[in-house]
Amino acid sequence: MNKFKGMMLAGAVALSGGAAMAEEDTIKVGVLHSLSGTMAISETTLKDTVLMMIDEQNKKGGLLGKKLEAVVVDPASDWPLFAEKARELLTVDKVSVMFGCWTSVSRKSVLPVVEELNGLLFYPVQYEGEESSKNVFYTGAAPNQQAIPAVDYYLNELGVQKFALLGTDYVYPRTTNNILESYLISKGIPKEDIFVNYTPFGHSDWSKIVSDVVALGADGKKVGVISTINGDANVGFYKELAAAGVTADKLPVVAFSVGEEELAGLDTTNLVGHLAAWNYFQSADAPVNAEFIKTWHAFIGDDKRTTNDPMEATYIGFQMWVQAVEKAGSTEVDAVRDAMYGQEVPNLTGGTAKMLPNHHLTKPVLIGEIQADGQFDIISQTEPVAGDAWTDFLPESAVLESDWPGLGCGMYNKDTKTCVQLKSNY
Amino acid sequence: MSRTFLAKNPSVLTFLLILAIFTLGVTILSEAYGVAFVSTSFVKTLGKTLCLCLVALAMDLVWGYAGILSLGHMAFFAIGGYMLGMWLMYARTEEIVVAALAQGVLPATAEEIRQGIATQIFGVVGASEFPAIWVFAHSFWMQLALVVLVPGVLAAVFGWLAFRSRVTGVYLSILTQAMTLALALYLFQNDSGLRGNNGLSGLQNLPGLDGVSQDRLSVWFLWASAAALGLGYALVAWVVSGKFGSVIRAIRDDEQRVRFLGYSVEGYKLFVFTLTAVIAAIAGALYYPQAGIINPAELAPIASIYLAVWVAIGGRGRLYGAVIGAAFVSVVSSWFTGGRVPDVPLGVYTVQWVDWWSVVLGLSFVLVTLFAPKGIGGLFDLWQGVKSPDRKGAALGPDDGALMEREAQE
Amino acid sequence: MRALILALLLAFTALPAAAETAAEIVAKNAAQIEKPSRQTIGPVIDALAASGDAQAAAVLEAWGDKRLGLRKADGAFFIVEKTADGWALTALDGSDAGTAAKGDITELKPNAGVRGLIATALVQFTLSDPDRVKRVAALESIAKDPKAEALAPLVASVAGEDDPGLKAQKERLVGLLTIRFGADAAARVAAIEGFGSDLGLDLRGALNPLVAKTRLAFAGEPPAGVNLAGDLKVGRDLTEAEAYELLVAANLAPARLTVAAAREALVANLKDGAVGGVPLADLGTQAARDRAYTALEAAGVVPPAATDAEVAEAVAQHRFAESYAEPDPAVTAAAEAALKRIGTKVGAMQGADLALDALSLASIYFLAAIGLAITFGVMRVINMAHGEFIMMGAYTGYVVQQWITNYTLSIVVALPLAFAVTFAAGVAMERLVIRHLYKRPLETLLATFGISIALQQLAKNIFGTQARPLTSPAWLDGALVFNDVVSISYIRIAIFVLALLFLMFFLWLMKRTRLGLEVRAVTQNPSMAASMGIDPDRINMLTFGIGSGIAGIAGVAIGLFAKVTSELGSDYIVQSFMTVVVGGVGNIWGTLAGAVLIGTLQKGIEWFNPSNTLAAQTYMILFIILFIQFRPRGIIALKGRAAGD
Repeated sequence: MNKFKGMMLAGAVALSGGAAMAEEDTIKVGVLHSLSGTMAISETTLKDTVLMMIDEQNKKGGLLGKKLEAVVVDPASDWPLFAEKARELLTVDKVSVMFGCWTSVSRKSVLPVVEELNGLLFYPVQYEGEESSKNVFYTGAAPNQQAIPAVDYYLNELGVQKFALLGTDYVYPRTTNNILESYLISKGIPKEDIFVNYTPFGHSDWSKIVSDVVALGADGKKVGVISTINGDANVGFYKELAAAGVTADKLPVVAFSVGEEELAGLDTTNLVGHLAAWNYFQSADAPVNAEFIKTWHAFIGDDKRTTNDPMEATYIGFQMWVQAVEKAGSTEVDAVRDAMYGQEVPNLTGGTAKMLPNHHLTKPVLIGEIQADGQFDIISQTEPVAGDAWTDFLPESAVLESDWPGLGCGMYNKDTKTCVQLKSNY
Repeated sequence: MSRTFLAKNPSVLTFLLILAIFTLGVTILSEAYGVAFVSTSFVKTLGKTLCLCLVALAMDLVWGYAGILSLGHMAFFAIGGYMLGMWLMYARTEEIVVAALAQGVLPATAEEIRQGIATQIFGVVGASEFPAIWVFAHSFWMQLALVVLVPGVLAAVFGWLAFRSRVTGVYLSILTQAMTLALALYLFQNDSGLRGNNGLSGLQNLPGLDGVSQDRLSVWFLWASAAALGLGYALVAWVVSGKFGSVIRAIRDDEQRVRFLGYSVEGYKLFVFTLTAVIAAIAGALYYPQAGIINPAELAPIASIYLAVWVAIGGRGRLYGAVIGAAFVSVVSSWFTGGRVPDVPLGVYTVQWVDWWSVVLGLSFVLVTLFAPKGIGGLFDLWQGVKSPDRKGAALGPDDGALMEREAQE
Repeated sequence: MRALILALLLAFTALPAAAETAAEIVAKNAAQIEKPSRQTIGPVIDALAASGDAQAAAVLEAWGDKRLGLRKADGAFFIVEKTADGWALTALDGSDAGTAAKGDITELKPNAGVRGLIATALVQFTLSDPDRVKRVAALESIAKDPKAEALAPLVASVAGEDDPGLKAQKERLVGLLTIRFGADAAARVAAIEGFGSDLGLDLRGALNPLVAKTRLAFAGEPPAGVNLAGDLKVGRDLTEAEAYELLVAANLAPARLTVAAAREALVANLKDGAVGGVPLADLGTQAARDRAYTALEAAGVVPPAATDAEVAEAVAQHRFAESYAEPDPAVTAAAEAALKRIGTKVGAMQGADLALDALSLASIYFLAAIGLAITFGVMRVINMAHGEFIMMGAYTGYVVQQWITNYTLSIVVALPLAFAVTFAAGVAMERLVIRHLYKRPLETLLATFGISIALQQLAKNIFGTQARPLTSPAWLDGALVFNDVVSISYIRIAIFVLALLFLMFFLWLMKRTRLGLEVRAVTQNPSMAASMGIDPDRINMLTFGIGSGIAGIAGVAIGLFAKVTSELGSDYIVQSFMTVVVGGVGNIWGTLAGAVLIGTLQKGIEWFNPSNTLAAQTYMILFIILFIQFRPRGIIALKGRAAGD
């Protein structure tokens, strides 16, 4: 029993002692990405990206005359742990900014903490929208910056008349598919022509679902698949597609969660022509992208490592934060937030990303066709689209608006002209 | 709980005393009520650890004393959390919705308020209607009752079915594991009515207590968790100390013989199983408001296996063993995975604890099982000079209880 | 539609189509061709196709194959070909145009929709092309995108076709196009009947649009020229609300008042803190709001809302019916009859497909569980690290593919190697850990679980967290297609065969070999076996090794069909244990029965609820829990002394 108590005290000493000894001449940057557990697969890359950006910034002489210092913690794909680690970063390490989270649920776990302690979080992943927190900047795509343009591409360019929305059963596919469903109905696609299916994480038995989708073509309409299937499950899905002889000509699949990194786990020769919609592809032909890839390969020490969309979002978020800190002349959260609005950073695909009053970015939407070498052929690139926190295609959200500098509210009801909530309701 | 009970079990008093000192100590060192030596996030970790100790206590009762290796008790823990979480989410959202609607021109109807709450809570999973299971969510007392009732009834039904068919041993373990897996998969569905993979979040903000900072709330929860642990400890100690305790230990050691002696083995097992499920649920109801979020991953089979591991490492069949095991493993784990333990450079390779901690932890289970079956609790035996019968030497036959070499020489 | 646009385009630009060369058309529409959209590029493609230039087909083909390039310097178009250090250029008139450096050319990448249009335009050139590949492409293009214009050239090309396979395909396409675009009803009906109860997806794709139904509402007689499918009865075929919505949509009735609209009307008529005489503070209930609205209605300020009685009356006064998209009743009747014939057969075939899927899933479960049937079923060792042995097998396959690039050879090497690796791991584990715990089965569970998480993390540390590719040889690509409904991929057949082989191996090992005899002896009564001169230690070690080795081979197979990650094993572990337990411990036939039961059940539930696979898994586990309550010893329970206890 004494041992137990001693342990606890030792832990307490270790934790608070760390804070007391903190050096004052660095600016601390918190990195809140899972390094173990199921999400480590995606998030470790982002941790490395932030470390690389910090490295680069320090080579340029740091920020405000101070060096940047990364504080890396591991929330281990455990959602409650995200909240705990965020609290630690903000109160014990006193970081000026955090870059982190991947899944929606991890973000929702961190939200109350950053709002309570007035922290600053940059969230770099495409997500389902329907959120705008005062303390979070969303540098990934909102649905109107990824899903809607992809569907437009299907409707206009491929002439798809019947849709199969396949997703992993969690909030991003659910919300995205809800938005898409009402968008499609507004475009005159009858409800019967929208087939929706959800599978668990890591699903591997796809034969029935693939044959169901193929059978959708029985009424003579052109069928297209919109896939929000997440992570590893894609491997089995694409293998089954290839085995069933489903080519992109007959039955195109556009994926929102499959990037260069996911394709590394696959033999892509049978998948040529299937699509993905992102705001960034490694194959984007721009000098700044070539530079970024070069720096990345040098930093990670591996010429084969791919770059992907969330990495670009991290890059943009980091650059914007640096610019905002320089503009504000301090790392104090309120000052930095005010300086963030209207900041512009060049996209890696050309053009510039601009921070909007609703904490989202303007981004171009790219649609790529899978190539045999695991890269994407960019076949469509839109003009920059402004991220929309609350979608216009769901009746409850259409009346909502987010404008922090203007209205001081992230969830403003345009009909009743009232602020529904200041803090997020997670 | 007569005087004789405490007199017979001095360890209960010792435990309660240490728990009280610990709680007082943390309070004095906390940011809200003391010298701000211990950070709020660490107070929360400690409070959560106390809840884990409580569920480990339940696990010890059902496994260490009654011999039922349940690999599903974390399911009851999580259900307890869900039940309280429903009220927390409902009540907090109600405050927001009522405040927002009050700014409108017309006074809000009850239906509008309800609709508003539903949209806020379920908007994130693409629904805007309350599922049937939320029918009592508006009432704190009803949900509090459900914290106990739902896991209690579930455990009673499951236990009744399983014990009645005499499912025992590893079969029962696998069956309980299947139960928690089925529940987890069910809750992972978006349409389960409990927000699918997102679960219930923002639970750390208590409705009606907006003015109270998390610094203070965390200490309050620490007190509540400590009180629950203390009560739970006394209750479990009382249960295992009397004749009842003797019977369940007998069931653990030889179920058939107890049955032949005329005891209703099924009844005893069912009672223990249900009681521990309820204790686990109460622990969960205290745990998740401190964690802030609950989602179906908490019910994954692995969580229950970890629970068994804590008890095994702490030393099963003794109550303080379970508490020590849970506290020790969970605190050490979070320390190592926190990325704050210095790397160990080995020249050619640098051991990063974030990557290697799981390996060390896994291997330590093996070592504890092989070489220290009594777990950390065994240290107390050493200290007190209690020794198990000396039966060293290899067994002469492959059967249980075979004559040992040394015994044969004597 | 396209023809119309083309006509307009021709009229406006008045270009003498035949006189222009392909190069000129391309140059004229440079901007469009550089960034084409399916919706606007049609006229350009049509102009190219109709230009009469001999090079037009080549240009279109190059464009469709992403072989058209744009020289950045002067915006000229070329057919480009990649060379070692840049591009070889061919001008659009077919002449050689030298070379260009890598950075000087922008490749044109038309999207799949535009490529489809190009392919359709190329059909007329390639239907009778001497190159078989091009003819196949032309047919595919027609099948994918049936157009009325394609019917005539297709019919013309049938006679000249000398390839019997392609000829049959062409004849089939003629039939399908006739159904859609045939000149007269008799020909179309004949075409429909000519197909009998064919199962092809394309046939159903041709028939279904003809009988697609729309609902309509009307008063009195149906509108002229509508091919009615039948009347709809309110209450039976559609609800009153739906019926009223149809009326509203047809402008035959006013829209109903919604709660939100009523609310807005109240807000708009708020006067002196009251609406229609009802004080503002009282408007917190729906009843009070209704009262206020009625008062406003009476005052004539707001339009009257339809009451339930009015709605019922409006619905009663109208007829509701469904009409076919196809106006000709003879054709729709034939199509309905054909679809009915096909429907029955499709139903049966879907059942067969489901059975195949179930069998395939069962064989995967069986394969994952068979190693466990040895270690758990025969030896009663709970090995939670069994899943990690499967994972080790899969990673062995991956590592072998890094060294041996020939996929067939690599699989041949990987299978025995995976066995060897996991056999060694199993033996090591048995010697070091499990041996000491034979009398403490529950603790074996904990110790092996520790090994399981250690192995998983080790795999992550070594191979990273990303899924790794394990590619099957080309001869396992694709699927065995019986018809458009029933098919199964070769990889699944291979797994099925592998599962059968293992079943036979197991039976041979246990029933026909000395080792099997000794294994059975040791598990039934170790002391007696020991007294008979059998070394129980050695037997346990070997048995455990074999069980683990089989798990390794299963890992290669599972990796081939799904994915290779460090979590691969944990996906299968609970299912594997349940397979063994449900089937009955200690009996391989039981494991087989368990796998078949679980596989069939899961597929069956998925069939009932196709939109939610998660639910299927939940209900399957629930069923198993209940099943074990009633048959605690599994499907095939051991009897007598072998049952133990």
